[in-house]
Amino acid sequence: MTDVMHNFELFQPATLADAQAILGDHEDAWIIAGGMDSLDWFKHRVKQPSVVVDIANIPDLHGIREEDDRGLWIGATTTLTEVNESEAVQSRFPVLAQAALRVASPQIRNKGTIGGNVSQDTRCTYYRDGFPCYRAGGNTCYANTPTAMNREHALFGVSRCVAVTPSDTAIALSALEAMFIVERRGDRSEVAAADFFIGPDIDITRMTSLEPGDILVGIRVPGKWAGSRQYFEKVADRNTWDFALANIAMAATVDAGAISDISMVCGAVQCTPRRLTDVESLVRGETPGEELETLVKRVAARGAEPLNFNHFKVPLMENLAMRAIRSLA
Amino acid sequence: METYGPYDPTVDYVPGPAPRPKHGRDGETSSWRPLHMSRRNFLRGVVCSGVVIGGSAYLFSATTPARADTRAVERLVRLTVNGRTHSVEVAPNETLATTLRYRLGLTGTKIGCNQGECGACTVIADGTTIYSCSTLTHRVRDSEITTVEGIAGEDGTLHPVQQAFIEEIGPQCGFCTPGQVVSAVALLNRNPNPTIEEARLAMSGNLCRCGAYDHYLRGVMKAAERV
Ligand SMILES: Cc1cc2nc3c(=O)[nH]c(=O)nc-3n(C[C@H](O)[C@H](O)[C@H](O)COP(=O)(O)OP(=O)(O)OC[C@H]3O[C@@H](n4cnc5c(N)ncnc54)[C@H](O)[C@@H]3O)c2cc1C
Ligand code: SF4
Ligand code: FES
Ligand code: FES
Repeated sequence: MTDVMHNFELFQPATLADAQAILGDHEDAWIIAGGMDSLDWFKHRVKQPSVVVDIANIPDLHGIREEDDRGLWIGATTTLTEVNESEAVQSRFPVLAQAALRVASPQIRNKGTIGGNVSQDTRCTYYRDGFPCYRAGGNTCYANTPTAMNREHALFGVSRCVAVTPSDTAIALSALEAMFIVERRGDRSEVAAADFFIGPDIDITRMTSLEPGDILVGIRVPGKWAGSRQYFEKVADRNTWDFALANIAMAATVDAGAISDISMVCGAVQCTPRRLTDVESLVRGETPGEELETLVKRVAARGAEPLNFNHFKVPLMENLAMRAIRSLA
Repeated sequence: METYGPYDPTVDYVPGPAPRPKHGRDGETSSWRPLHMSRRNFLRGVVCSGVVIGGSAYLFSATTPARADTRAVERLVRLTVNGRTHSVEVAPNETLATTLRYRLGLTGTKIGCNQGECGACTVIADGTTIYSCSTLTHRVRDSEITTVEGIAGEDGTLHPVQQAFIEEIGPQCGFCTPGQVVSAVALLNRNPNPTIEEARLAMSGNLCRCGAYDHYLRGVMKAAERV
């Protein structure tokens, strides 16, 4: 059920400095880029910031540039369609191009940005509907009760909240070991993917290390995995619109038939993208084949603690990891 | 008994009297009633003339700007739709679908889900399709917008996509049809010779509850032979 959005003041700054000045002036200012996640919150009247800052007109935040190390800099407000259609992304980081293509629907990708995609809030239906749960500042989790509908929820890393990361591109960017460039009150810092996405044990009210007023300027994908063997697969109820029930992203190098280096990340099973370090250390130096696939299946979901209705995610995850390894054979 | 008119986003809403008993969560939202109904008719009148001279009270939002370059947006915007430029008064929290339907009278653009999940509200902005229900009108101030009303020729000649949809019996209830037409036209503008897979992908953001997907897809392929 959606409603007319609450009244807010809208700012459309043309430079990063103006945006920061506005964010500094208004404590509850809310950034929108594509607005595909934000307007949903407003229409459901769950979040009602009095000031909205539209950052889409800031040229410094947009575009795709080559870096010296064969890597790429991707501006935060670059749309998912632009990421997917970029030749540089397709040739060096196909796992990212495919992840961007598997988000939502064409119309959402035409407007939704990569910065908004990695910064979006979780899709736990209780939370989105405005239930006063832990994440919303309350003192219970509605998704982790004996009768709760928790088919989409987490297998790992639970700390009061059992919500999962909704973003498809976050999984690919984590596998590519991307750096997130964050501007905080005039200071710029680079945050590694592993620190950018945070779980409920660090802060239960946020999904990323971005604090109110912070602006994600861009994402730097290092050249390390450029041109390596890559794999992305997403399983969802429908191919359009639906968020992942599980997805997998992999980048690997193969030397004389054996896997020399690998990075594998699974999404929608934990609050943050889950790096499958057990699989990685198992397959390094090994030759892909049926035998290795069987072993990968055995370790991929080790330590999973399913809730009432999400046991199916365990074999899903195992099979996705196995299929990623199979793609190297 | 208090009667409630149809939902009209162009009027200001204030909390009203207790809603009529209704089941479910509907009751919550129906407690909002229009402040003054007459503004609707006022707006309708000016919509026809194409130009709105906003009352001074509506012209600017309430704040006094601290710096000239960090001002909040103004309410009077120029919007280019189907090749015509309109001056129209737009609230900061207004979606493009609302502006098109209720300020400009272009009701061909439908609102289905109002949350980016159906495609009934699809329009073209600068060559790409977007959901107008999930776009702030202020965002597309400088864009060229095409709605379903701008697809057929000036003299009413149907676009090959529209003709093919009729021949392939695309529309059943027809509610999704404007969005389907807009998505198909945007595809053929960009790629006049799509493969069936490319067409399926381009049309995948348009839900059809009647399930006429294959009909629409055949229509796209047929239209591609004719453009
Ligand atoms: C029907 C539907 C289906 C969807 N399906 C999928 C899916 O399958 N997979 C998927 O990954 N996503 C999905 N999404 C989510 C959607 O793709 C993302 O929400 C979109 O990419 C977000 O980008 P945006 O620019 O529109 O976000 P916005 O709404 O503009 O921003 C999202 C959040 O990020 C913050 N933000 C944005 N940019 C910055 C910045 N530069 N600096 C700091 N903070 C910032 C905003 O404040 C806000 O909190 C779906 C959304 C809808 C409505
Ligand atoms: S899973 Fe997290 S977001 Fe969902 S109800 Fe529980 S605490 Fe809230
Ligand atoms: S009304 Fe816009 S997508 Fe459904
Ligand atoms: S024709 Fe009825 S929804 Fe498509």
